[in-house]
Amino acid sequence: MRVLIALALLLGLSAAAEPQVTLPDVEDEVMCVECRTALNVSSAPVADQQRAFIRDRIAEGMTKEQIKAALVEEYGPDVLAEPSGGGFDIAAWLVPGALVALAGAGVVLLAGRWRRRTPEPADAGPDLDPGDARRLDAELTAFDK
Amino acid sequence: MRPRLYWPVSLAAAALVALLTYGVASTGPDTSIDERLAAGERVEAPVRDLPVLGADGTGSLADHAGKVVVLNVWASWCEPCKTEMPLLQRTHERIEPRDALVLGIDMQDSTERALAFLREEGIEFTSLRDRDREYARELGVSAYPETFLIDRAGRIAAARRGPVTEEWLDEHLEPLLEERA
Repeated sequence: MRVLIALALLLGLSAAAEPQVTLPDVEDEVMCVECRTALNVSSAPVADQQRAFIRDRIAEGMTKEQIKAALVEEYGPDVLAEPSGGGFDIAAWLVPGALVALAGAGVVLLAGRWRRRTPEPADAGPDLDPGDARRLDAELTAFDK
Repeated sequence: MRPRLYWPVSLAAAALVALLTYGVASTGPDTSIDERLAAGERVEAPVRDLPVLGADGTGSLADHAGKVVVLNVWASWCEPCKTEMPLLQRTHERIEPRDALVLGIDMQDSTERALAFLREEGIEFTSLRDRDREYARELGVSAYPETFLIDRAGRIAAARRGPVTEEWLDEHLEPLLEERA
C-alpha cells in the first residue's frame, strides 16, 4: 500500500513538473498565414484568430507539438516557421549553410595569412657565459637586499 | 580587391541577387487574369476539388457546369468580407431560379470560426475550404474579399479585387445571366 502511495505521489509530482505550454512558446515557431511574418510580431486580424486558436488548444491541454499539428491541419503547412524543404523553400536551408561554409573558409584563409605575417620573435642573442651569469646573479641578489 | 578574389566574390553576389529576385517574383500575385480581362478576353476558370466547409465530401466549379457562378473568396477574420456577405446572400437568393448561384471560397481560416461566421451572418450558399490558399493563388487573389463572375462555359468574365457592390453586380452579372450555355 505504501509503495502504491509513494508511486502515485511520484507520478503526481512529475506531472506537476511538466511545464505548461504558453502562447509565446508556440507563437515564435508559427507564421501569420496572411502576412507571412512570425506570429509573435503580427497584428493582422488573421494573426489574432491564430492566437485565439492556440489559446483554445492550450486550454484543452495540448502539447506544443500537438498544437503545431492542429495548426497545420487548420491552416496548412505554411503556418510553420520552418520552410517545407521543397521548391524555392530549399534555399532557406541551403543559403545559410553556404554562408556559414564561406565564412568558415574566409576565417581559415585569413588566419593562414595572419600567421604568415606575424613576425618571428626577436633573437634573444647569445647565451651568457658562466662567469657573466654568476656576476649578474650576484648583482641582482645585492639589488634585492 | 585582389584579382584572385574578384570573380568568386562577384559571382557569389550575383547569385545572391538572382536568388532574392526570384524569391520576390515567385511570391507576388499572378496578374495574368486581370490583364486578359482588361483586354476583353474571358479566361478559363481554374477548377480544383476542395473540401466543402462544414460538410463531408468535396466540391468544385465543375459541379456547376452550365450555370453562372458568383465565386466569392472570403475569410471570417476579414471585416470587408463581413460587410458584403448580406449582399451576396441576397444575390444568391435572387439568381438561383435563373440557373446561377453564389459559391464561397473560405481561405486560410479556422473551420470553427468560419462556420460561426456563416451562422451569424445567416449565409446559406455553399462554401468550399481553400486551406492552403492553393486555389486562391490560381485565381491571383492578393487581398480579401475578391469576387469572380464565371459564365456558363466556365470562364471568368469579370473580377472584382475588393468588396463587391450592387452596382458592380448589376453591371456585370445581369448580362451573364442573359447568356445561354
